[in-house]
Amino acid sequence: MTRETLFNLAVLAGLVALPLYAHLADEPFTITLATRAVILSLAAVGLNMALGIGGLVSLGHAVFFGIGGYAMGILAFHAQNYMPLMETPFLIEGTKSMPLIWLAAVVASALAALVIGLLSLRTSGVYFIMITLAFGQMFYYFAISWSAYGGEDGMSIYVRNGFPGLNTLVPIQFYGLCLAALVLALGFNGALARSRFGLALNAARQVPERVRAVGLDPFRLRLVAFTISGAITGLAGALFADLNRFVSPTMFSWQLSGEFIVFIIIGGTARLFGPVVGACLFVVLEHYIGGWSDYWHIWFGLLLLGIVLFGRGGVIGLIAGKARAHG
Amino acid sequence: MTTTLILEQFLNGLQSGIMLFLMAAGLTLIFGVMGLINLAHGSLYMVGAFCAATAAAATGSFALGLVAALAGAAAAGALIELVVIRRLYDRDHLDQVLATFALILIFSEGTRWVFGSFPLYLDVPEALSGPVTLPGGIQYPLYRLTLILAGLAVAVGLFWLIARTRIGVQIRAGENDREMIAALGVDIDRLYTFIFALGAALAGLAGALVGAIQSVQVGMGEPVLILAFVTIVIGGIGSIKGALVGALLVGLTDTLGSVFLPELFKLFMAPAAATQTGASLSSMAIYILMAVVLIWRPTGLFGARA
Amino acid sequence: MAEAVLETRGLRKAFGALQATDDVSISLRAGEIHAIIGPNGAGKSTLIAQISGALAPDAGQVMLGGRDVTGLPVQARARAGLARTFQISQLAMEDTVLQNVALGALGAQGRPFGMFRPALRDRAIRDRAEAALERVGLAGQAAMRTAELSHGERRKLEVAVALTLDPRAFVMDEPMAGLGTEGSAQLTDFLDGLRAQAPILLVEHDMDAVFALADRVSVLVYGRVIASGTVEDIRRDRAVRDAYLGDET
Repeated sequence: MTRETLFNLAVLAGLVALPLYAHLADEPFTITLATRAVILSLAAVGLNMALGIGGLVSLGHAVFFGIGGYAMGILAFHAQNYMPLMETPFLIEGTKSMPLIWLAAVVASALAALVIGLLSLRTSGVYFIMITLAFGQMFYYFAISWSAYGGEDGMSIYVRNGFPGLNTLVPIQFYGLCLAALVLALGFNGALARSRFGLALNAARQVPERVRAVGLDPFRLRLVAFTISGAITGLAGALFADLNRFVSPTMFSWQLSGEFIVFIIIGGTARLFGPVVGACLFVVLEHYIGGWSDYWHIWFGLLLLGIVLFGRGGVIGLIAGKARAHG
Repeated sequence: MTTTLILEQFLNGLQSGIMLFLMAAGLTLIFGVMGLINLAHGSLYMVGAFCAATAAAATGSFALGLVAALAGAAAAGALIELVVIRRLYDRDHLDQVLATFALILIFSEGTRWVFGSFPLYLDVPEALSGPVTLPGGIQYPLYRLTLILAGLAVAVGLFWLIARTRIGVQIRAGENDREMIAALGVDIDRLYTFIFALGAALAGLAGALVGAIQSVQVGMGEPVLILAFVTIVIGGIGSIKGALVGALLVGLTDTLGSVFLPELFKLFMAPAAATQTGASLSSMAIYILMAVVLIWRPTGLFGARA
Repeated sequence: MAEAVLETRGLRKAFGALQATDDVSISLRAGEIHAIIGPNGAGKSTLIAQISGALAPDAGQVMLGGRDVTGLPVQARARAGLARTFQISQLAMEDTVLQNVALGALGAQGRPFGMFRPALRDRAIRDRAEAALERVGLAGQAAMRTAELSHGERRKLEVAVALTLDPRAFVMDEPMAGLGTEGSAQLTDFLDGLRAQAPILLVEHDMDAVFALADRVSVLVYGRVIASGTVEDIRRDRAVRDAYLGDET
């Protein structure tokens, strides 16, 4: 077992044990904090499939996060107002059921990722970064102008949505759901990295000419990766909306897209647990430095600058040593 | 719908487009010569606006405010180039994005620390306030007209700088081949600092000029930054001409879209629904424009490199 | 005369005023090695790019196995049976040697969207990849990171990836580039045996290798084929000696 695997297991153990302890000690706020960290981790794990393996620096992943959030918001809004979503040509009702909401969130964000990918993956490098950022802003302004669903103010959902057999209002139960989603996504990410698709996508990042020369199309590989990546980030968005029982255009904001990338880098690029470590660290720092100084973003910016300029490899690189090629 | 309204909106579009050009020109120049994507360009726009507002408030002179904006933004640009940016030229785009994202955090929060969260106000100078009557009897704010003319003058100056001066030769050489300018005996480090400071000064100038008609506040730079990205994606990265054409296209589309799309929809929809649909669509119009250009020409209207 | 496996008909490509290829018609028949030689800037790279599909010709056709593939992109031509090697190694340096050949095997298999089972536990992929490494003598380095290979080993790996495709024709862009005398000799021996499996269009600067291997040689100068024939024909050709060989032999 490598040091990195050991470290990953330790992180996972912490994610199970800490909230359990908080539950027993009756500190619901700590559980909420952990839930936030786990959901942001999930969003960044989604991005990491496109960025880490495929090298796609998407600065617009908040789009999918926001779409997932609005999928939840819209369905629950219609359900709580007993107002069907549409009546013709066929009836669609709102819902308060998490599995249905998740399905809608995943499908909608995957579709958005497919369309944005079709347009933006025609380009590469700095064009791709700018275009994904621009599409993110497009969704942001669209959400602001969409007054039927709250416009700039967003919408509140009064009661957290339900999951069969669980009481999602109990913080630790909702946390469990979120953690399960994260673990599944990590498992999928780990499998994908070693799979045929991962092999081809990883090569398409490094030597696209070679990938073409063996008969594979880098564009299609990237498009599939981008779509899956968007879908997972979309699921995180739906969970995030349920955590806050609130959605607003800020879920689409470009700062959030930037933060997702930051999570991955702080944790360590191309590391399975990189986004998790980065997101958890971010939430912890935000909470503690934020409590100590009103201007915590300065310190965070300096930390980030330091990591980018001098500390390549992120936290996991620091702890677990150089990455190895998986054989 | 009158001709006057159409003309007035056209001028508004021109005005926002030409200000956008000041932002986009610096970005595209910096990318073209140094290969750097700079997210913190919006922060320099903000720095310019804050310098102008502070100096104008202290001295009572708008002109001194503009001088302060140019000097402050150029100094901030030169400083971050020397301390941070030059370490990024050899890095990949991901590192550039992250480091300049960090700079945004530092600039924004630092400004909030010093100036607080409330917006500052920068007043339009007395001599330029009020409307002016244009040929055809159209009343138009003199200050906005001045912005258009000033922006055009800067654009002409920039084209002259690049086409006719020694430093312009070096810039054009730098776009093609770094080794060549080194062989010409040019001090690349100094050239890069100069270009970065020049781009910063243009951004700061735009921030100060626009700051007088909008408010001067933390976070004002990023929406403009993203519009400037859209602009250079449309125009073609690295092309100043593309930045000008792209900026005017974006400025006009954005302004005219928000006025005329709701009107257009009223022709065949109920007024309330038309206003809603028109507003939603016009908020997306420039991005749709960008998407169309991308489908047609993935490297932008004037972009050469892939 | 046997039907050509690979053939170009009147290929042209101009970059501005520079005519990089000018009416190039060459063919590659089963079992042969056809060498393309010519001075730097003669249009060899442009020709390879047009044959492989990276560059669309201004005029002319590329035929593979009797089928017109001129309109197909690189990846479709590869699937149709064209395997190329690169002058500058195109290898995933972060990955292991085995992963690089496995990519070729995966391309040959053509199902790249499996996301759950590990690629290297797929018997078909692994066998094909290991067989190719075995043939070029890199079996011992399979687990090494590609960045750790020597230059000569990378050139071999470059050929091994092409082998995994089991193609109808090879197009090799200066496979000997940067190899020492011994390395060139080894690779020459290997290519000599390879022509029985599939014919090779060989662009090469190493004249010893060309004269040892080629069944036919075509000489490209300023984008035009100025001579074509056996090694003996080319050696005797006045125009070729003037244009090209004169200063070397």
